[in-house]
Amino acid sequence: MRRPLTLKDHHNEQRIFSARLLVSAVLVMALSAGLAGRMMWLQISQHSRFTTLSDENRVQTQAMSPPRGLITDRNGVILAANRPDFTLELIVEQLPDLDATLNSLGKLVRLDPEDIERFRKRLTSPRRPWDPIPLRGRLSEEEIARLTVNQHRLPGVRVSANAIRHYPFGHLFSHVLGYVNRLNAEDLDAMTLAQQSNYAGTHFYGRSGVERYYEHRLHGQVGYRQVETNARGRILRVLEEQPPVPGENLRLSIDLKVQQAAYDALGDRRGAVVAIDPRDGSVLAFVSRPGFDPNLFVTGISHQDYARYREDHDNPLFNRALQGRYPPGSTFKPFLGIAGLDAGVTDWQRTIFDPGYYQLEGDSHRYRDWKRWGHGRVDLHKAIVESCDTYFYDLGFRLGIARMHDFLSGFSLGEATGIDLFNESTGILPSKEWKRAARGRPWFHGDTINSSIGQGFVLTTPLQLATATAILANDGGQVVPTLAADESHPPLRPDIKLKDPENWHRMERAMSDVVYGNHGTGRSMAENAQYDMGAKSGTAQVFSIGQDETYNEDELAERMLDHALLISFAPVEKPAIAVAVLVENGRHGGSTGGPVARQVMDAWLLNEQGKLDVPAPLARGPAPVGPSQ
Amino acid sequence: MNPREYFRQMPGRGPVLGSPLTERLHLDAPLLAALLLVILGGLTVLYSAGGASMELVIRQLMRFGVGFTVLFVLAQMPPRSYRFWAPLVYAVGLVLLILVIIAGVEAKGAQRWLALPVVGRFQPAEIMKLAVPAMVAWFFNERDLPPNKTDVLAALGLIFVPAVLIAMQPDLGTAILIAAAGLVVLFMAGLSWRLITLAVVVLLIAAPLMYFFVLHDYQRNRVDTFLNPEHDPRGAGWNIIQSKTAIGSGGITGKGWMDGTQSRLDFLPESSTDFILAVLGEEFGLIGFLLLMSVYLVIVGRGFFISWQAQETFSRLLAAALTMTFFIYVFVNVGMVSGLLPVVGVPLPLVSYGGTSIVTLMASFGMLMSIHTHRRLMH
Repeated sequence: MRRPLTLKDHHNEQRIFSARLLVSAVLVMALSAGLAGRMMWLQISQHSRFTTLSDENRVQTQAMSPPRGLITDRNGVILAANRPDFTLELIVEQLPDLDATLNSLGKLVRLDPEDIERFRKRLTSPRRPWDPIPLRGRLSEEEIARLTVNQHRLPGVRVSANAIRHYPFGHLFSHVLGYVNRLNAEDLDAMTLAQQSNYAGTHFYGRSGVERYYEHRLHGQVGYRQVETNARGRILRVLEEQPPVPGENLRLSIDLKVQQAAYDALGDRRGAVVAIDPRDGSVLAFVSRPGFDPNLFVTGISHQDYARYREDHDNPLFNRALQGRYPPGSTFKPFLGIAGLDAGVTDWQRTIFDPGYYQLEGDSHRYRDWKRWGHGRVDLHKAIVESCDTYFYDLGFRLGIARMHDFLSGFSLGEATGIDLFNESTGILPSKEWKRAARGRPWFHGDTINSSIGQGFVLTTPLQLATATAILANDGGQVVPTLAADESHPPLRPDIKLKDPENWHRMERAMSDVVYGNHGTGRSMAENAQYDMGAKSGTAQVFSIGQDETYNEDELAERMLDHALLISFAPVEKPAIAVAVLVENGRHGGSTGGPVARQVMDAWLLNEQGKLDVPAPLARGPAPVGPSQ
Repeated sequence: MNPREYFRQMPGRGPVLGSPLTERLHLDAPLLAALLLVILGGLTVLYSAGGASMELVIRQLMRFGVGFTVLFVLAQMPPRSYRFWAPLVYAVGLVLLILVIIAGVEAKGAQRWLALPVVGRFQPAEIMKLAVPAMVAWFFNERDLPPNKTDVLAALGLIFVPAVLIAMQPDLGTAILIAAAGLVVLFMAGLSWRLITLAVVVLLIAAPLMYFFVLHDYQRNRVDTFLNPEHDPRGAGWNIIQSKTAIGSGGITGKGWMDGTQSRLDFLPESSTDFILAVLGEEFGLIGFLLLMSVYLVIVGRGFFISWQAQETFSRLLAAALTMTFFIYVFVNVGMVSGLLPVVGVPLPLVSYGGTSIVTLMASFGMLMSIHTHRRLMH
């Protein structure tokens, strides 16, 4: 072994080493100063910024959606409730492997391709990390149990309970209540910023019917809470809380009993029934059949169910009462009669001779009466009772289309009724101006004559007929059909003031004889009645059916049958209900519509013992139920 | 005159520091005191970082127990025995590193562990943290200093063969630290400034090339994340953003012990291991950091002092290299946690929770103490 000690220049080596040590020490001090400087920059210069970041990490503001107001009928029976729904949710950030998790979940609960598709769509849309994403709603108890048992091997999978809308009566109220379904981006886009913030944390939105119209009252005020969460989004404590204000409970003027009677009376036939209390505008029944199950729509209707509804020839999603436009037929006559009386073109004494047809001077065309051999000598009373077409051809022609249009508008025909539902159809009450604008053709005398018996261009909705009947029963006082019990909407039109108000009563008596007279067209509805009623039947010719629809021959024949219509009110002396009935392809207004209207009026006017017991008009006020849960 | 009297009269040593007991046990009192101070402070932070559980603290204490045993044993051995064993340990280390590549245990995409009978699983790279500087010091001990070009090349070979082997595992962080330990020896031995300048220039040119052609994807990601952590704040950038947030929100005085929301609410990952400094910064603020840094500098200063006082080339070079390596650990960890350097897996010495690094560190302090307490008077 060498002896290095003797060979090395120790002095020089020591000198170099000391110098290098000094350089190292300087380097250490410089680097340490750099670190200290960095820490000072972070902890002094940037302190407030990082404090904010740290608080944003720690503190989250969560919106608390208000419980939606309940909807009840006038007696407090709950028509739309909230009930817990158990939803399977995934916190994607916690999943070790998304596909594997979906796979194993598919073995525990039913997962349709639709569920997965919807989930993936939500996954790719903007969202906050660690927010759970719903995968499937409406878990059954058994599914919840299976998930709970397997929870330990499914990190990031959880079951949450949310309140969802429930409609205990299903089909019965489908076209009045409408339904809620998931709030979507378009809904939010249509809102103001203030409204948007009020919908933070809300998942549901009124889509149609009362749910849509009274969304602003049913929704309530969003609440907020500030919570401290950890990095995995788990809430550790609540720092501050402003509870949500629950949505108002909404009491409807509808009476479950009357609604049910109308629904049952229609049976499986396609049609609509609207019943209105002329004293206060209360809508007592609002039925369109067939209906649908609104519960299917709440958490998102399946393609299958939706296709079934959409492809159904009976068109269950169509609100016939609100939007179905039908020729009113002879139900038009009492209103036209009033118009003729007030214009002075006829009176109760004047008679005409009906040979079974009407002819204009200098025109060979014969406008036929439904009774081929004619009604003989007819005055206005008999023309109403027996529904004489010829009398009204004559009356309509004398009155002229301009006066007819102006006067009958007062009954809401051709105009909005003002009901508290969106998208009501106004029907058509034709005029010269209307025809020129809509059809680009001039008005002919024949048009006037066709209109005089509620055919031709005249189209009304069942709701309009009920409203017009209520106005007539109210002696011209305007009636605004109103579903909410505590709202009263100003009339859209002035009251109809007759030069001789007695004409109201005489028309009402004539309509009463439709039911009680020997030749009345509505005789079938008066059997064993506890009260007087007035009515007018009508049949409307079906002039076309939808061209894109396909029917077999039997179906086609059935669908070409006349629509049956009937309007009625009771009791005649002091009317408390006005009803319009439409039965598609029901052929005879009196015999088909009469019994339906009778059952509806009985349900309203009779007590449980079957005795006449007219309910008082609505004391408009809030719903008589406790706060919603 | 007994040896103790000699020690007391040595330059730079006050009589108080050389207390008889520690001298007899071959321990260095100032170094020991500073170590205990850091360890005590570290355990306090660890208790909070671990979610107020004594479990981590007790396990860490047990490691320090092992560490102090190793320190004590190594301190008793004279430096010449390190010199004697250095080539052998270095050679065995090399063999083990090759074995790791052939038959290592894989974990998290890297083969770093060797499963041996009796010893169990361990990382041979840990041995090299001490063996490489010792080997290079051994090499220069026999040579004329400052080193000539041949010697420099030979030393570089001694340094980079194990470093490259470790980098292949891949464990670039450890490879760089080990290379740094060896290079410090080279620097201390008097590597000419011309060569140093040349090396720095070459490194600056090589770094971008390394990035594109040598680095693994995960390593490149770390560099990308370092350069722009906000690019992927929920993914790769999360650690560094959360750690800066923790430190920055601590301010001057900190949020208080056990009150750091970033770590306690789990926003800060690795809060008890590599990122424990962020917990310290959040809960004890700038003051806490500066206190820790001061004690670290006391340790480094004492290490430099020991190497300055050492009498043989080997001891001198080894002591300086171990000290400088310790400081590099501190610098890299603090730099990475505060966002100055890319994230490499370097623990905060004596504070981070973790196994082998504590034992290796304590071993190096044992060697420092041995160097200091086995000096002989030379005239």
